[in-house]
Amino acid sequence: MGSVVINLNLAGREVELLVKPLATLQSVLRNQLGLTSVKEGCRQGGCGSCTVLIDGEPMMSCLLPVQDVAGRTVTTMEGLNSPEGPTPIQQAFLDHHGYQCGYCTPGMEIVTTALLEHNPQPTRDQIVEALAGNVCRCTGYQPIVASIAAAAASAGEEVR
Amino acid sequence: MSEHSADQPVTPLNVVGRSLERNDGLGHVTGRDIYTADRTFPGMLHLKLVRSPVHHARLRGIDLRESEKVPGYVAALTAGDVPHNLYTILGLIGVEPEEEWVLTPIGERVRFKGEGVAAIVAETEAAALEAVARARLDLEELPAVFDMDEALAPGAPVVTHWGNNTFMYEGHECRRVRFGDVEAGFASADHIIEGEYRASPIEHAPVETTGCIAVPDPNGRFTVYTNTQALYFSLDNTSIILQVPGNRLRFIGGMVGGGFGGKVDVIVEPLATLAAMKTGRPVRFVYSRAEEMQISSTRSPEIIRIKDGVMADGRIVARKVVGLMDCGAYSRQTPYAVTKFAANAAGPYNIANVWIDGYCVYTNRTPTSAMRGFGVTMGSFALEVQMDKIAERVGLDPWTIRLRNAYRNGDIKPHRKVVEDATLIETIQAAAKLVGVELAPELQAMTSAPRQAEPEGAVR
Repeated sequence: MGSVVINLNLAGREVELLVKPLATLQSVLRNQLGLTSVKEGCRQGGCGSCTVLIDGEPMMSCLLPVQDVAGRTVTTMEGLNSPEGPTPIQQAFLDHHGYQCGYCTPGMEIVTTALLEHNPQPTRDQIVEALAGNVCRCTGYQPIVASIAAAAASAGEEVR
Repeated sequence: MSEHSADQPVTPLNVVGRSLERNDGLGHVTGRDIYTADRTFPGMLHLKLVRSPVHHARLRGIDLRESEKVPGYVAALTAGDVPHNLYTILGLIGVEPEEEWVLTPIGERVRFKGEGVAAIVAETEAAALEAVARARLDLEELPAVFDMDEALAPGAPVVTHWGNNTFMYEGHECRRVRFGDVEAGFASADHIIEGEYRASPIEHAPVETTGCIAVPDPNGRFTVYTNTQALYFSLDNTSIILQVPGNRLRFIGGMVGGGFGGKVDVIVEPLATLAAMKTGRPVRFVYSRAEEMQISSTRSPEIIRIKDGVMADGRIVARKVVGLMDCGAYSRQTPYAVTKFAANAAGPYNIANVWIDGYCVYTNRTPTSAMRGFGVTMGSFALEVQMDKIAERVGLDPWTIRLRNAYRNGDIKPHRKVVEDATLIETIQAAAKLVGVELAPELQAMTSAPRQAEPEGAVR
C-alpha cells in the first residue's frame, strides 16, 4: 500500500505527514515524530503505556491506524509538559511516588488528564475504573491511585 | 534514636526517615527519560532471531535462501559467526561447564521452544520479521521432558550434554547441607510431620521488553545501550562471547522499564554487538511482547518436600528438606538460586539436626533465572506453611510455634554460619502488637540475645 499525506493537530501544532495509512499511530509518533513519551510495551492494546489523547479522549495508539486520526487532535505527554515545571498532575505523581520504573507513567498520566477533565472529583472506584487499561508491573497501583486523588484534590482547591 | 556504632557520635540523619523526591522523578513523570528502545541512530538495522518451533530437536540444517530475497535483508549470523559460541552466564564467578549456545550449531540440539539458531538483520523491523518467517529449519524432533520428577527418573530424555538432568555441585547431583543426625532426630521425635509444596513458574513481564542497541564507534569500539539489570555481567559475557577485550565495549544502561530479575540474563547484547561488527552499522535487538513472554526466562518452578521431627511442646528436632528447582534447558542463574535455597531451607529456626538436598533440574522448558529473592522466596513460603501445619498438629498457635523455634544470636545455622543479626523474635513480637495479639508473658520475655546470657529458668 502506498504512502499518503495526512494532517494532525499535535497539541496545537498542525503537522503534515507522509505515512503508510495502516501504520499505527504509535509507530508514527515514536519513529517519525520522536515523541518517545509514547511507550511501547505490547503493541496489542494490553498495557496502556502508549495511551494518547485523541480529541481529548484517551486511546491506545498501538491499536490505531494513523489514517483513522487524520485531521484530529493528538496529545502526548510532550504536549502537556510545561517549561515552567511539573504540571499539577505530574506534581501529584512526584509527591505520592506514583511511579517506580517510570515506563507506564506517561500512559497513567494521560488517562488521569482525561479523567479529571470529565470528572474533576472522581471517587476511588472511578479512578480505579479509569486505570483499567493501564498495567504497572512494579505493582505501584496504590500510590498511583493516591496520586490521582491528590491531583483531583489540588485542582479542587485551585477552583475554590 | 539511632546509633551507628559505639565509637561514632550520633549525628542527625539527612535521608533515613524522610520522604525525598527521587532524582529520576521529574524525567519519569514528564515522559522525558530516554529508555533503550526510545533511541534511534542513522542507518540503524533491526535484528530478529530464527527460533526453534519445537522443544527438543537435533538441528539438521538452516535454509535462509528465501530470507535473503526479502527486500531490506542485510545479513544473517549463524553459529559459525560467533567467536565463542558456548557460554554460561555465571561462568564469570566460576560456575561450569559452559552449556548454552548463543546460536545452535548444525548437528547439535535445540533444547527449548524458542532457542535461537540464526540472527537476521534487516533495514526495517518488518523486513527482519519477514526474513525470519521465510527461514526453513530442518529439525529431527526428539522426546522432551517438562516435569522435574520425570526428568530425574531413569530413562528420561537427557537435556544436558553431560548425561543426566542435574547441575553438578562439586561432583554431586545436588547441593547438600548436613548438620547433626537427622535420622536420630526423627527417632526421638513425638511427631513426624511431612509436607509437599509446589510453585509454578512466573514470568516477570516488565512493561518495557528486553532490548539493546549496539552502535559501532569510529574508533573501533562499540557503544551498547541496554536495559540490562546487570551492566558489567553483560559487558563481560559479551567480551568473552565475541572474544574482544572489554575496553572495546562501552555499555550504557541505568534506565530499566521494569526488570524484577528478568533482565539479568545476557541474551541480546552479544548478538546485537556481533551484528554491528559484521555490518558496521547500529543494530537494534528489542524483544516483542511475545518473545518477552515465551523466550525470556521465568522464575523456576519448584517442588519442596519437607519432613519434620517435632516434640510435643512444638520444638523441631529434625528437619529434612529436598528441593527441586527447574532451570529449564540451560542453567542461567538457577545453580546459584539452589545454593541460596540450601543455605536457607531450614528457615530462621534453631534445629539441631538438618538434612538439605537442593537440586537444579534440567527440562526442556524455557530457561529460568533470577526473580525477586529467587531460591529463597518459595522456600520461605513452603516453610511457613509447614510451620502452621506443625502448629495445628501439636495444638499450638502460629505465634508460639515460631517463637519457640526462633533462632537467636550465637546459634549455628546448618551451613555453619553463626547467627549474628537475629531479629526474628523481636519482629514477631512487634507484629503481634500491631495486630492486637496478646502474647503469653514467657513469649513476650524472649529476646534474640545469645542463649547463654539468659537468666536461669528461662523457657528455652
